[in-house]
Formats: sequence, structure tokens, C-alpha cells
Amino acid sequence: MSPTKCQDQVVLDLWHPLAALEEVPARTVQDTVLLEERISYVSDGEGKAAVWRSRPDLPAGSPVDIDTLGGCLPIKLAYGYIWTSLGTPPAELFPIPEYAEADRRKLNAATVGVNVSAPRAIENFLDMGHFPYVHTDILGAEPHTEVKEYDVELSVERDEIVATRCRFFQPMASTASTGGADVEYIYRVPHPYCSVLYKSSPVDESRLDVIAVFLQPVDQEHVRAHMMLCVLDEENEDKVIKRFQQTIFGQDKPILENQFPKRLPLDPRAETPIRADKSAIAYRRWLSQKGVTYGVIPAAT
Amino acid sequence: MITLYDYELSGNCYKLRLLMSMLGIEYKTVPIDFYPGREHKSDWFLKLNPLGQLPVIEDDGLVLRDAQAILVYIASKYDPSGTWYPRSDPALLGEISQWLAFADGITGTASAARLHDGLFYELDVEAARAGAHRLFRILDEHLWFGEQEGRDWICSAPHATVADIACFPYIMLSEEGGIPRQDYPAIRRWCDRLKRIKGFTVMSGIFPAGPARAA
Repeated sequence: MSPTKCQDQVVLDLWHPLAALEEVPARTVQDTVLLEERISYVSDGEGKAAVWRSRPDLPAGSPVDIDTLGGCLPIKLAYGYIWTSLGTPPAELFPIPEYAEADRRKLNAATVGVNVSAPRAIENFLDMGHFPYVHTDILGAEPHTEVKEYDVELSVERDEIVATRCRFFQPMASTASTGGADVEYIYRVPHPYCSVLYKSSPVDESRLDVIAVFLQPVDQEHVRAHMMLCVLDEENEDKVIKRFQQTIFGQDKPILENQFPKRLPLDPRAETPIRADKSAIAYRRWLSQKGVTYGVIPAAT
Repeated sequence: MITLYDYELSGNCYKLRLLMSMLGIEYKTVPIDFYPGREHKSDWFLKLNPLGQLPVIEDDGLVLRDAQAILVYIASKYDPSGTWYPRSDPALLGEISQWLAFADGITGTASAARLHDGLFYELDVEAARAGAHRLFRILDEHLWFGEQEGRDWICSAPHATVADIACFPYIMLSEEGGIPRQDYPAIRRWCDRLKRIKGFTVMSGIFPAGPARAA
């Protein structure tokens, strides 16, 4: 087998998302790019799928029978997406227990190509300071611009970053909102390129909506962002819920694409953080400790 | 009341939201799951527009497609000032039509490149980008010479017309298709002027203008 273009073993060994299972046309080869490698995948339309390194005899669009395929890559179907790995992945993907709750709406809001490194996109996802300026009158509004003190910890047991006690005033927190409210957030970063956000549900104050971003690194400076929704909303059609999330993401996109440098600098002196960036600081440190080099500018040693 | 079949991230739909906002017209929106759902290619939508494209409006029983055509219709019917589409000025109408066609060219290049990069459309993106740069260069020169003559807008009028609205969105969104605008200063100044028109509204990917610099 030819050597991979990505030399970062930590990243090679991760599970990476490729596509929303429901959107894949059945029994037809699909192509994508993961870590600069051409990857093909197929779904049988009945809950079974396969992934392999693209090969000339199975071009995109050709019909294929999963059962006769050989030489496939590891595969996992989770949270509505097809995941694979170019290395030796762990047995399990990080848990999102809420996904199993029957009364939740589970959707891929969209899969969007973004000209950004995966770690920069995760960092933006963790940031609350931009809400009033970028998501004006939806996720924030002036003069409610303060990021109040919140807690960040690295859960050693689960090997993930958790930010809790995050609160922000939001004029329209979701499609189910009827007006402005102080919204509580919990952020998890359980994977270097994936983050899961929990926020107060306008429908049931004892429960939280779950919004996750799963980034497929196309190369070090481009991703396919898969946005998973797992929310409480009995009123709105799927497309209305998707539209809300796409509106938010469309506002973030130019900000993400104008980050400079494109790769996330891990040297603590490279960029000056403020108190509101606590979770970003923990994230950068965690990537450094893991030895992630793909999509980042590693700290000088 | 006008019903707009709409997709938030569509610059062509935004043209209509923008003009209706500037004219202060109320309208209803029917959201279309353009991506990833491809609802604009569904059977029911193809009955409305056999081309399978957004936007479409319905108004008083009239079904109309094509952003530029709808701009002409809305301005002709709902703009009491008669400035956005001045029906009594043949030369100006000719100019407006010329630039409405130019706007279609921007859609075919800059918007295509954005669909390639963001939503994975298969097309020759380098050709699309080169085509967009060619059009941007032509428009930038046109606007620069206009500024020398005291003209702020695309057409020869002391006010904006539907031609300005038609050209604006996919220029503003061009960076999402890998088309930077650093080399087009007159376009950038014109975009800021347009953003300061009363009733201006944003879409995802387009931000409001900062405060105008003191003269």
C-alpha cells in the first residue's frame, strides 16, 4: 500500500465522517476526499455501507454490490453518518447518548465545503464572543456582548474537553424559540475535529438540544463540515430546522475562511487570548498534548 | 401578497428579498430545501418552474421565475418612485437590460464557483473563476470611470436601479468561490454605497457596511 499523504498518526487513526447516510444514493459509487486521499463509498440503502480507497475499476457513479467488495477500509455508521479511518481506529466513536432518545429530530442540516482548517473551525464553534456580531438578532444582540465566566475541564477519563456553565442572551436560540432568552450551553470536544454542543431547549427546560459539527479534513486547509442536529421540535418541518442552522453556518463561513494563518497555531504565544477564549486555550493545549500536527502549526519544541 | 419560494443561501433569492426590503414590501416566504434536499428538482416544484431553479414568486395568480425578470416585475409594480426601473426612459431601460444580462453572467461564473466549493457541484471551477474575474474587471473599470463622472451606480442615473441589485449578491459572495476582490476597489466602494441604501438587509455571508467615513 502506498504511504498516506498525511503523516500524522494521531489523525490517521481517528474515525472521520464522510457523508450523511440518508443522502447517499443507493448501490452507486460515491467519491470524496479524506486527508488528501481519494476515497469511495457506497450504501445499499438499507443500512449497510462500505468505504475503500478509490480504484479505477469502480469510478464514481458506477453500480456496485457491497457484498462482493473486497479490500475495504474500516467503517462505522453513527449519528446518521458514514465514518472511516485511514489508520487503526479505536473500537468506539465518542458517545452522544441523546441520539438514542426516540422523541428527538435527527437531521443532517447540511454538509458544506469550507476553506478552513478543521481546528480553526472547531475553535470558532466553541467561541461565544462572536454571537452578537456575526449572528446578530439570532444567537446574540448588542448590548448583550459579555461572555460570562464559564468552566472548562479536560475530562481525563473520557479524553475530551468539556466547557460548562456557559450562558448567553439569545434573541432567537432555535426554530422553537418564541423570544429572547438566557440560554445555557455545554460544549464537548471529544475528537480533535468534532465538537458537540448542548443548549437549553425552548420546548422542555429540563432537556438540552444537541448540535454537533463533524469535520471531514479534505486537506490541512479545507474541510467538509457535516452539521448534525438532534433537537426537540414538534412544530417545524425538517427543512425549516435545516434552514435555521444553515443560516447560522452561512454567517460563520466568511469568518472561517478569512482566518489567518489558516492552520491553528498551537504555540501559546502565537495569538493573544482573552478570558472568553478559555475553551480555545484548553483545546489548543489538548491538541499539543495529543501530538496533533495536521491542520495546525505545532508549537516550537 | 407576494409569495417568494426561497432558499436562504441563494444570492438570486436574496436579490428579491433585498429589493422588497428596500421598497418596504411585505411578502410571504415558502422555504425550499435547495440543499441538501434538492427540493427545487422535486415534481411539485418542477410544475411551478420547469427549469427547476430558484427563485419563483406568485403574485395575484401570476407565477414568475428568474431573479432578473422578477426584479423588473416588482420594481414596475411596487415602486411608487419609479426609480428602480424607470419605465419612461428608453435609454436607461436599455442600459438596465444590458446589466441585467451581465448579472446573469456573474451567476454563471462567480455563483458557479461558490456552488463548486461549498456545495460540491461538479464543474470546471478554474474556468468559472477566470470568467468571474473577467466580468469583475469590466465592472470595476465601468464603475471607476463612473466615479470620475460623478456617477455612483451602474446605470446612468442619480440613483440605484434593479441592475445594481442584480449584480450585487454574487459579487459579495465571490470569496466563497475562491474569487478575492482586492483588485477591484471601485467595486468595493460601490458595494458599500449599496449597503447604505435605506432598507438594506443582509443574508448569510454578507455583512452590513460599517459607519460611513466622515467627509
